[in-house]
Amino acid sequence: MDLKNKHFVIIATLLLAQSCKESVPKLRNIEGQRIQINYAATPKDSVENVIAPYRNRINEVLDSVLAYAPKAISKTEGTLNSPAGNLMADIVMQEVNPVFAARTGKQIDFVLLNFGSIRSVISQGDITERTAYEVMPFENSIVIAELDGKAIRAMVSFLTKSSVAHPISGIQIIVDKNKSLQAVNIQGKPFDENRTYYVATSDYLITGGDKMDFLKEYLTLTDSDYLIRNTLIDYFKKIDTLSAVTDDRFLQIN
Amino acid sequence: MERRKFISGTAASAAFIGIGGLSMNSCQNSGKKHITILHTNDVHSHIDPFPNNHSAYPNLGGLARRATLVDQIRKENPNTLLFDAGDIFQGTPYFNFYGGELEFKLMSMLKYDAATIGNHDFDNGLNGLYAQLPYASFDFLSANYDFTNTLMDSHVQPYKIYMVDGIKIGVFGLGIELAGLVSKKLYQETVYLDPIEIAQDVSRTLKDEEKCDLIICLSHLGYQYQNPQKPDDLKLAARTENIDLIIGGHTHTFLDRPTIVNNRKNKQILVNQVGCFGINLGRIDFYFDEGKQNGADGVSIKV
Repeated sequence: MDLKNKHFVIIATLLLAQSCKESVPKLRNIEGQRIQINYAATPKDSVENVIAPYRNRINEVLDSVLAYAPKAISKTEGTLNSPAGNLMADIVMQEVNPVFAARTGKQIDFVLLNFGSIRSVISQGDITERTAYEVMPFENSIVIAELDGKAIRAMVSFLTKSSVAHPISGIQIIVDKNKSLQAVNIQGKPFDENRTYYVATSDYLITGGDKMDFLKEYLTLTDSDYLIRNTLIDYFKKIDTLSAVTDDRFLQIN
Repeated sequence: MERRKFISGTAASAAFIGIGGLSMNSCQNSGKKHITILHTNDVHSHIDPFPNNHSAYPNLGGLARRATLVDQIRKENPNTLLFDAGDIFQGTPYFNFYGGELEFKLMSMLKYDAATIGNHDFDNGLNGLYAQLPYASFDFLSANYDFTNTLMDSHVQPYKIYMVDGIKIGVFGLGIELAGLVSKKLYQETVYLDPIEIAQDVSRTLKDEEKCDLIICLSHLGYQYQNPQKPDDLKLAARTENIDLIIGGHTHTFLDRPTIVNNRKNKQILVNQVGCFGINLGRIDFYFDEGKQNGADGVSIKV
């Protein structure tokens, strides 16, 4: 082939490429839509096959019946305290206190959790491990904070101003019709501002969750290494019938 | 949805016929491009569909079904990218039992291109996230979390550029403020930087230095807050330029269609979020031409 011609072809191609490059892609149209994922799409086999062994193992563990709830247990029933909140705080007290006592020789004075961490209603019917996962899907564990009287006072003030019923156990708060404080009892005794108390709470709250800043003032902190969900599961295994009610632990008097 | 799909399918084939007619002219041929962006957010370990008796989402969602839909769309348009806007983890026992292993494995099977990091992706700590990285074949993008002093350093990039059919697509991630939302012992030395300032910088880099044709932000900030100080996707859109699409998450907002927002240059851009739990797949189609056909600058948006 003639050398000149070959050159010409190469140069022409380069020029052509160059002129192509100069045309910057220009966005002209945009279309958006939301596609619902429903029965109309057949599950892809290769994906199903990967999921199956994981699913089978989980179901095997989660679906064995541990107890029975004759009535649904909800956190939205009641205003200052709720059946679900009371149940959860009482379970934490019952299950974690022996661990804390064994490690430190001391007793938990009371429990404080947060309303938001109860993630599901407990439906009437069989109670399984799955129930505990629904109520408490998060990997939070219980820590025990030693708080002084000033921090407890700040906590009580926080709780009386709160618009939701944070779960408590071992402490009683009484307010009047204007929500001004009438009495605080801890383990059945009047609150003593000059001593310290051992408060079981979640590691989420102690590290600044839900803006419970008084918890940051702890004097000592003991990790129980006990997942809140596991306290529920251990409790469910011990009982046959699961029930809970509102009571006078947080009380408004007229 | 079916009707819409049909319409867009027809439009796509019409475009191909048009190109076919001009196939001898290589320059004009390369001009028309179609990029499809698919996205999810806040799937929260929802691998199985909701049960038939579920009060809110009966028989909706399911990862194996999502896989089928993604396959269909990729078949229709191979120039498709798939993204997630964070909170992949936490919400079903799949996460409690296996720590996110299955979530990452399946997202890799679906050929996700990238995800940003949501607050719940820290739920097993940085160690827990790091431990699952071998199962993820997609990129993690976050421009405003500085992981320098953590073990996630070098495993998360601020942005990535995807070259799809000659279109340069810059994608960056943004995360929500962690203090007060996530325990410090979980996020450790991760540093949160102002997302809007970072977005202004990164989008400028992607536009002016990297010369991207399309800029997408994967945001886990949340759709909208009343508090004027709290960054959200609508504020982000209004206070930045160069971003074409914000794919949002965190607030579990079920938008019927993407929201059109004017950016600070008064150009219309899209903010989208498709709820949560893998119930929906978002789809945004971008159509390009070679920019010479007419002088008009406008982009027509059909949502």
